[in-house]
Amino acid sequence: MARAAIPGRLTWRVGKLAEARAETPTARTLVLDVPGWPGHLAGQHVDVRLTAEDGYSTQRSYSIATPADGDRVELTIQAVPDGEVSPYLTEVLSPGDPLELRGPVGGWFVWRPTGVDPVLLVAGGSGVVPLMAIVRARRAAGSRVPFRLIYSVRTPGDVYYADELRRRARDDAGLDVTFAYTRAVPDGWPHPPRRIGVADVNTNGWPPALTPDCFVCGPTGFVETVADILVALGHDPRRVRTERFGPTGG
Amino acid sequence: MSDPHLDGNALAGPLREIFAVDVTSATSRCAACGQTGAVANLHVYPNAPGLVARCPGCEEVVLRMVRTPDAAWLDLRGAVSLRIPI
Repeated sequence: MARAAIPGRLTWRVGKLAEARAETPTARTLVLDVPGWPGHLAGQHVDVRLTAEDGYSTQRSYSIATPADGDRVELTIQAVPDGEVSPYLTEVLSPGDPLELRGPVGGWFVWRPTGVDPVLLVAGGSGVVPLMAIVRARRAAGSRVPFRLIYSVRTPGDVYYADELRRRARDDAGLDVTFAYTRAVPDGWPHPPRRIGVADVNTNGWPPALTPDCFVCGPTGFVETVADILVALGHDPRRVRTERFGPTGG
Repeated sequence: MSDPHLDGNALAGPLREIFAVDVTSATSRCAACGQTGAVANLHVYPNAPGLVARCPGCEEVVLRMVRTPDAAWLDLRGAVSLRIPI
């Protein structure tokens, strides 16, 4: 049933896959053209809806990976084995195919280029996606705000945007990128794989006295751990913004 | 409450279907314990028939939302107030 769009309220749109890029063997970036896209802030997400021929429909939330760029929206999707939505998005959806989505949504876990306080980004696995949007938005806006990204990931092969992160850490003045590996480390890494801990956050983050804005995104357990560490180190809880990825059925 | 949960960011889409402003940035006060914080910080359990948002302080229900094919049900009895930035 067609309904007139109500201004200000959220409605479903149909985007088209322009191109797709493999980030890792199990993650893929979808570059979508969404006519009439209203723009978004770094950190916001979209809801994606798939509808089967029998009318069954299901939806998932995915963070946007890039800052606003006309009708272009990029999402990076991690394939969840036996998931209902992600295997279709990572393996089946082809350039030219339509995709139903609505957004942008979420006004809490966002960074605005007008920000002046230092920023600490802490990513767990695919939680790096909205944080990458923030890193890219900083560059796009020519912001000189000091940024630090701590990226916790299972193995070096699981790093999203690996080449771009290497390049930005070199070329984006004021951006530091450090990694914490939980399952396997690169050759010559100074310590065995381990979960992120107080030492990682303390050494590679900002001192609380600089009043940084902290953004933590990842699986629920990871986010709780890192948020607790930040508060224990003396960061104001109101400056620790969190977004949890959970068992949504993939 | 050891079940895995999401957080109030997951309410952003469903609530923007109803409201013209982003409610996840609003500050809610829990009716059970009085704790205040962003709606985005509530613990959200998506596996119920609908979305159940609980207070991160006391785990009491603050907000429930159920979407049917032709309506949305919003139960806010666990929130004393919502402060919505305008």
